[in-house]
Amino acid sequence: MEVYLDNSATTKPNEAVVQIIIRSLTKYYGNPSSLHHKGVEVERMIKDARKKISKALGVYDQEIIFTSGGTESNNMAIQGALKHRRGKKIITTKVEHPSVLSVYEDLENKGYHVVYIDVDSFGRINVEQFKQNLSEDIALVSMMHVNNEVGTIQPIEEIGKILNKMQQKPIFHVDAIQSFGKIKFTPKKLGVDLLSISGHKIHGPKGIGALYIRKNIKISPIFYGGNQETGIRSGTENVPGILGLGEAATVLYDMDEKISVLQSLKDRFIKGIKNEIKEIKINGYEKEGSAPHIANISFLGVRGEVLLHSLEQDGIYVSTGSACSSKKSSKSHVLKAMNLGEAEIEGAIRFSFSYHNTIEEIDYAVEKIKKHVKELRKIIKR
Amino acid sequence: MKKILIARYGEIGLKGHNKSYFVNKLLGHIRGNLKDLGKMSVQHVGGLVFVDIDNYDEEDVIERVKKVFGIVSVSPTYKIQKDMENIYEGALVHIQERMEEEDIKTFKVEARRGDKSFPFTSPELCREIGGFILSHTQNLKVDVHNPEMTLYVDIRDKAYIYSKKIPAYGGLPLGTNGKAMVLLSGGIDSPVAAWMMAKRGMDIEAVHYHSYPFTSERAKEKVIDLAKILCQYCGNIKLHCVNLLPIQKEINEKCPEEEMTILSRRFMMKIAQKIALQREANALITGESIGQVASQTIQGLTVTNHAVDLPVFRPLIALDKVDIMDIAKKIDTFETSIRPHEDCCTVFLPKRPVTKPRLERILSSESNLEVEKLIDEAVESMEVIEISIEEE
Repeated sequence: MEVYLDNSATTKPNEAVVQIIIRSLTKYYGNPSSLHHKGVEVERMIKDARKKISKALGVYDQEIIFTSGGTESNNMAIQGALKHRRGKKIITTKVEHPSVLSVYEDLENKGYHVVYIDVDSFGRINVEQFKQNLSEDIALVSMMHVNNEVGTIQPIEEIGKILNKMQQKPIFHVDAIQSFGKIKFTPKKLGVDLLSISGHKIHGPKGIGALYIRKNIKISPIFYGGNQETGIRSGTENVPGILGLGEAATVLYDMDEKISVLQSLKDRFIKGIKNEIKEIKINGYEKEGSAPHIANISFLGVRGEVLLHSLEQDGIYVSTGSACSSKKSSKSHVLKAMNLGEAEIEGAIRFSFSYHNTIEEIDYAVEKIKKHVKELRKIIKR
Repeated sequence: MKKILIARYGEIGLKGHNKSYFVNKLLGHIRGNLKDLGKMSVQHVGGLVFVDIDNYDEEDVIERVKKVFGIVSVSPTYKIQKDMENIYEGALVHIQERMEEEDIKTFKVEARRGDKSFPFTSPELCREIGGFILSHTQNLKVDVHNPEMTLYVDIRDKAYIYSKKIPAYGGLPLGTNGKAMVLLSGGIDSPVAAWMMAKRGMDIEAVHYHSYPFTSERAKEKVIDLAKILCQYCGNIKLHCVNLLPIQKEINEKCPEEEMTILSRRFMMKIAQKIALQREANALITGESIGQVASQTIQGLTVTNHAVDLPVFRPLIALDKVDIMDIAKKIDTFETSIRPHEDCCTVFLPKRPVTKPRLERILSSESNLEVEKLIDEAVESMEVIEISIEEE
């Protein structure tokens, strides 16, 4: 039995997504900038895909720019927005994705002042501290909506309201890569100017993402070329990716249903683990305040990576920390920011669900986790 | 004018009536390393190896030939008719090429007349050619003591003109000194040890220990990548991957914690020996260096050594870590070796490993285990991977 519980790392593309990608490579291969029919036809399909994403996100078509994925969306938002602002101060959080943190590292070298807001033991930012750091010279506020490692939801709407009251309102960017399709929101309701999404986290293809840019917000391109995407993102359109992303977005029209499936899977999983295994810790919130598709659990006395490989032998795929940082053998900066102890960080595993997972899979996973944790604890007496 | 590569061998030249055996091995390996470039002429003439490189990428051929053990240096060379007109022209073309590559201001000519029927003596040749070059170039002077470039002119069956002697690695041709089984971890040391023994003419096979699922699959990928780099020097390598986890679990359960590493090491040696004997290898190779880690103290090495009967070669035994790293960089395994994936040694790492193990105590701990059975099971379930140079 294969049980894929690493859906925050990436998801399996839906069949309809695969089909449209094949068609875009075999039949609709024209360049959307071409003057002839083969180009126009593809241009129309891209328009259609843009509409689908706008609909799923609750925004206007013109507010969507296609990018190569979450990392580029985040880079474009942060760097592109700063080019239009004089201020040199940025506010963000300690638990951002590595792709964002390295942008700040670079900006700090270039003379920017970056404030990293602390999080509590659940991974939620300290809003008071945020308020205290507000000043008129802030160019940009950027934070993630749902944390990719623990699933904690940040109070974006609250932050949006605070910022809206300011006279010199900074640009507000939100990394929604983990929340799009998992939580119901619209950028407008959150009070967000820029918002990043990624295709492969919602059963779409890799190498495609989008940036929502609120009307009247100006950002500059971060690289130059043939002025596609209204000049903000040059380069011949990634047609297979765009069409695939559009197709993946259509599934999210009835998001409530998907969310309730996710929530029931996660609830069942956590309940199972709590009933069956002792000496565990749920990292982040269990239910309220946490995304419905991520459960981060520490198995004390067990090394996360060893458990990961053990589960893999039974066809169960999970992550330690986040997939990106597990390549380096460094400890999760998110769990550290949450003040977790050594053993809790070492034994942490992230389970992330998809609406394609089934109750049977969840029960199977719980049973196998129980078995392996028991065995591993026996071996590693220390 | 024809472009060839001259390759020189070192120690082989000292072999007596066995010399042709070594030379034939050497030629075979050169041909092998060049095989996928096409059919190239590789010949042994008067104590030198000539490789035709006229229609090939010179840099690539040099890199490949350099990696053949037994060769001490190579020189890209013009092979020309041996009359003065052609020699002048060849010398000038060559020196002009070199001057385009780098800023050369002084030179000298060193001529050798192997063919005594040639009308000029060596000193005459030097003078004539030097004079010709001086009158056909600008800003170039002769400096017989410290020239920036020496132009060699060798009169044999033809005239050979070259100026670079690119050092190779020396050693003896592969396969002229039997075969050894190296214990290949993913670290910096063991690939270097394997390389050093291969350089002395040993064919190499490898055994790798992992503790899957306690170690990552990527650790194995890393070892495969290392073996591929070694292949460029050592030829194809058979890599035996053995899962040590069942044995480590047994040790963990039945023996004192601080003896974990040393007992595991003994098992690794024994398993390696068993595979070596099956594969008709004559020795084991390890990357051990005395004092480097807890299991490589003299007492540790003694206890490990005691586990096997085959000779164990430890070419790094007296090298400092920095020296080992230098070699790893030179042979291009370093960058791969430092990729962060745990090998099996670190999983069960005891907090305070025993650094001065006593043989009797280790043997008595070992007697709690069904050693032979564990070894047999490990060997039976091993995976064998044939590693060869990737075709580009």
